[in-house]
Amino acid sequence: MASSRIIGSAIAAVVIAGAVAAFAVTWRPAIAAIEPPAPQSFDPALVKRGRDLAAMGNCNDCHTARGGKSFAGGVAVPTPFGTIYSSNITPDPDTGLGRWSEQAFRRAMRAGVDREGRHLYPTFPYDHFTNVTDEDDKALYAFLMTRQPVNAPARANQLSFPYDRRLVIAGWKLLFLRHGSWQPDSSQSAEWNRGGYLVEGLAHCGSCHTPRNGLGAEQSGKSFAGGDVENWHAYAINAQSPAPVPWTVDALSVYLRSGAHPDHGVARGPMAEVVSNLSSVPESDVHAIATYMGSVFGAPSPDRLRRGEQALASVKTRASTQASAAPAAGADDAGAAIYAAACASCHDAGRPVPYGGVNLRLSSGISGPDARNATNTILSGLRAVPGERSPIMPPFAASMNDAQLVALLKYLRARFSDQPAWADLEKTVAEARHTQTSALQTSPGPRNAPAEPAQRDKP
Amino acid sequence: MTTLKVNGHEHQIDADPDTPLLYVLREDLKLNAAKFGCGLGQCGACTVIVDGNAVLSCVTPLLLVAGKQVTTLEGLGTVTSPAPIQRAFIEEQAAQCGYCISGMIMRAQALLQKNSKPTDEQIRAELEPNLCRCGTHMRILRAVHRAAKLMQTADASTTRAERSVQ
Repeated sequence: MASSRIIGSAIAAVVIAGAVAAFAVTWRPAIAAIEPPAPQSFDPALVKRGRDLAAMGNCNDCHTARGGKSFAGGVAVPTPFGTIYSSNITPDPDTGLGRWSEQAFRRAMRAGVDREGRHLYPTFPYDHFTNVTDEDDKALYAFLMTRQPVNAPARANQLSFPYDRRLVIAGWKLLFLRHGSWQPDSSQSAEWNRGGYLVEGLAHCGSCHTPRNGLGAEQSGKSFAGGDVENWHAYAINAQSPAPVPWTVDALSVYLRSGAHPDHGVARGPMAEVVSNLSSVPESDVHAIATYMGSVFGAPSPDRLRRGEQALASVKTRASTQASAAPAAGADDAGAAIYAAACASCHDAGRPVPYGGVNLRLSSGISGPDARNATNTILSGLRAVPGERSPIMPPFAASMNDAQLVALLKYLRARFSDQPAWADLEKTVAEARHTQTSALQTSPGPRNAPAEPAQRDKP
Repeated sequence: MTTLKVNGHEHQIDADPDTPLLYVLREDLKLNAAKFGCGLGQCGACTVIVDGNAVLSCVTPLLLVAGKQVTTLEGLGTVTSPAPIQRAFIEEQAAQCGYCISGMIMRAQALLQKNSKPTDEQIRAELEPNLCRCGTHMRILRAVHRAAKLMQTADASTTRAERSVQ
């Protein structure tokens, strides 16, 4: 259509014109290259602090490819605008951060600009990292500059026009990048403030758990209302949380540190890496994060509390979940039969998590707004984590066809949640099977250990 | 009655649809290669091939495999005429107590049918769900590589059952 093409060109022209104007305002000079500093020049205590901060920032998750060297980048990050590859943040002088001064690193964290002055894509979450203090940036810099340098050139991003122009990022920043978006609240406890600083800054929880707008920015006013990440749904972690039992500060603290909680199940999907990292940082920081998030969740309503208690009570007696019980309304017999035959021996056995399956009445995956997480988990199972005690679930991709999976999901939703049936299950299942097949070959597996176990006790 | 296709033959199985495939194979069909290890899909001893993919038969109820093509170790070869992968495991002496080996062989066979030249890393990743407590892992790795070579020369990437069907 000619008219739509004209409109398209007009929009592109406006976008580019805006970007040029934005560039004029947001232009940043290059910062001079330095001789790579010797690792010994950094204070070991500072490096150790940087290690813990890097774990809370989950840096390794995006910057370490499966089977690749730590922090050498190259991880494909799918976005609605194309694929962006993470960069090499080892101190390699030619392909990493080796020639970056601390000032250049701090500017990247705060303003999303690389040493040469180029705007970085906001897949690098500087909209959160801008809140990180100078002191913490210094420690992170010390940690990264003392890693093993790896020569690994950046992979070219695959973005469609106009998003492949870095000018566009300048416009994005004018619209969406707010410095100082985190401000401490003196009416709250020191622990709450510490948690808020971490959550809104380095830990960048909102990057996954807040929905994004058409231009990929977190929607203001919808903080923590649930988002999408790598074909998974990141649950709402505010008052809209789908968790059958409302989260408490203590439960969250246990879950974030150990990766599991009896009232909620286990953290898997992209969250597995997060809890794996948090298992290695000071407990006080994890508790601070839980404290702050406790106030984001807010006090549950009496109705929610009551329903949570009901769910817990029914699990305790296992009365309503016995496989022999009559199928729930809205689900067909095939799903009930599959559940009884393939799932109940673990999920209805009463063995505690993480080694027994969570009773699905407690699972956010079943009560959540879409079926992707449950579908992904059934298809791929949960692989054992090398060298760690971890939950295991066998994969069912090879033994269940799409129709059987749809029947099972319908049954699980009807039987174990009080939510309306999921729409478009056939589509969800078909897409999940497609993406799981490719994701299994490329994405890093969950790991309940820090990025570099050898570094755990060392600075 | 459920119709089950095992090693190229159709069987009418008189068992509850929720019976694990492993029990049907061992009890009803007397095919005892697949082993009961944990019963929870966590050790791999019960691995068989269903429609070309490795499947844990202890957590796969009969109702999920009705009409699908199941292959067990017995469907690969015989004592007198072992399949390439069985020959490779024998030649590398890749078994100690042997309890895990049927599962190892079936998962390795499924891998080789899709990837005729897997790397060490791919074999390790693929066989990760299968546990061996004797510690024959290095021999198993060598056996899978040897099987890959044997299959290339013998055009034996298909199973005996599939050959007999063709």
